[in-house]
Amino acid sequence: MIKKIFAKQDWDKALESLKDKFKVFVPVKEGDFHNFRLLEAGRKPNFDFQNTRLSPKSVILPQSERMFEYTLDESNEDAHVVKEAPKDFAPQVIVGIRPCDAFAFELVRINFDNAEYQDPWWVRRMESTTLVGFGCNEPCASCFCTSVGSGPYSEKGLDALMVDLGDRFLVRSLTSKGEAFLEKIELGAEAADSLFKKALSLPRAAEKKISSRVHMDHLREKVGNELFNAPFWERVSFACINCGTCTYLCPTCWCFDIQDEVSGKEGDRIRNWDACMFPLFTLHGSGHNPRDKKLQRVRQRFMHKLKYYVDRYGHGPACVGCGRCVQFCPVNIDIREVFKLMNGF
Amino acid sequence: MLEYTQKIRDIARKLLEKGTVDVFIGYKKGSVPMMNEPVLIKNPEEVDLLHWDSHCGLNLCNYLTKRTDRVGIVANGCNSRNIVTHIIENQIKREQLYIVGIPCTGIIDHRAVKRAMGNKGILEVTESNDSFTVSGNGFQETFKKKDFLRTNCSTCLHRNPVEYDEMVADAVPEQEGVNPFKDVDVLEKKSPEERRKFFTQLISPCIRCYACRNACPLCYCPTCFVDESRPQWVGKSTDPVDTMTFHFLRAYHCAGRCTDCGACERVCPVGISMRQFTKKLNKDAFELFGWEAGTRMDQRPPLDIYRVDDYNDFVK
Repeated sequence: MIKKIFAKQDWDKALESLKDKFKVFVPVKEGDFHNFRLLEAGRKPNFDFQNTRLSPKSVILPQSERMFEYTLDESNEDAHVVKEAPKDFAPQVIVGIRPCDAFAFELVRINFDNAEYQDPWWVRRMESTTLVGFGCNEPCASCFCTSVGSGPYSEKGLDALMVDLGDRFLVRSLTSKGEAFLEKIELGAEAADSLFKKALSLPRAAEKKISSRVHMDHLREKVGNELFNAPFWERVSFACINCGTCTYLCPTCWCFDIQDEVSGKEGDRIRNWDACMFPLFTLHGSGHNPRDKKLQRVRQRFMHKLKYYVDRYGHGPACVGCGRCVQFCPVNIDIREVFKLMNGF
Repeated sequence: MLEYTQKIRDIARKLLEKGTVDVFIGYKKGSVPMMNEPVLIKNPEEVDLLHWDSHCGLNLCNYLTKRTDRVGIVANGCNSRNIVTHIIENQIKREQLYIVGIPCTGIIDHRAVKRAMGNKGILEVTESNDSFTVSGNGFQETFKKKDFLRTNCSTCLHRNPVEYDEMVADAVPEQEGVNPFKDVDVLEKKSPEERRKFFTQLISPCIRCYACRNACPLCYCPTCFVDESRPQWVGKSTDPVDTMTFHFLRAYHCAGRCTDCGACERVCPVGISMRQFTKKLNKDAFELFGWEAGTRMDQRPPLDIYRVDDYNDFVK
């Protein structure tokens, strides 16, 4: 294990120095909030945040990605042949990802990289990505990561972990990828044992600050159909306006739609994020929509996360407790309440 | 405005018990600070869920569209104007409604409060009269509400409902000497290039979640133009041209209808001030037709009527 200590300004310089070896994604302050952006000229990392507004899932699964391209130009011998669009799988690193968001990649992996199916782009991008986590000393009031298998210092899915010690960052490797990342940095010094011990005391302190809890111990034993027909969905869904805030901000939501866009004779096949809250999500070509009511859509989102995932894959729900949907649902539909309703039904 | 809560509950109980309405739509106190949840009350026993404070920033008119039952609903100035708009656009009938009027002193801008508190985790926001107190682990600060009003509220000209069956309290004085179109005046002075730059930057954080559209009571089309798929009107990728098309077309669909209730801005997860689009249209409706959306039921909106004294020559 490599453990290094950096003065905060040296850490920024270290990241800057890595730009020719990696695509470096860092939290950047944009107006009132932070988001992950590629470190490039004119951009500065800013680690003074609780969590980024959007999770860094778009680094692996872009909101819009050109999958294939084709030409309709008959004079071209490749007319109508769908070819893979060029993609960039150069080594990249996400620096400052919160442990909940890193754990989310592990949950999403179940769908993108399993024995039956491998999404080639998701898999290759994950392979080329190093995740440098950032332990949470001040979790948000809406965080409940410790209830769902993560935690403010959870190491799941991470290659290295940054610890904020006030004026310095202690960064230690957790995997060989993390080690390789740290070896490329010339700045910083070997962390003294005393500092390392100090860092080890922080997780407990952070966990104590998490006041939100959810219970999921009865989810598996519930009968799916009974939960499906539970009377509480009407109340849960009344306020929903069917926007995509919860799904787009959620680090574990990964649904997408595939669209062709043609301009002149050149066409692109694009994969775009989609959301089960949108009526169009399930609209069939026939005009029939199996989920044409918002109750059905809201129910689907929670059943998928808290019941189908649990049943199908034999572990916890598809939720890492980041609390984004709790904070930013425009109408205050609170997944913690839904956990309570479903687990206690 | 906290004192309205008990009055709202009393009225809702009376209406449900007497059978004047089948359901009552109001707010429930939210599970996170500065957030309230729209709620549908069916039984008199549930009325104690109802709540009102300075964080009721959504527009409940959104929940009235095409309802067929008799509905009680709370409405402050802007919400009542949207109800009027709904009635004249045939989305609900006046006789179906029992409007409980709220004399409104404005809604607090939750983003401004969060900005003021920086990274401090807000656990509770309480209010009394014209001030509110924000507290969390190891801190407590009190602010004047008037310094934290949403911009649409600080320049609001219709705080009292324009249409109601019963008021929860006496009307509050309307604000005088405020200019709701100050930003528009600034924007109008810009060159077309500057304006394009301004709007491009304004919507650059957009993630196309459509929260603005869906929170807007005017957006009740069975299929929105962005959701049309046969043929598809607007691309679904994050191409800035498509995002711009969505915002501009949505704004134009609101011309002469928008009440500047601010629900679109309230709900945006990335804090876009999309009222910058609609306010110019509101100003035009006012200056060209003397029209303020939702303030009268005896006249058709300017964009769905023909008049011989129209200022345009081409219609004569």
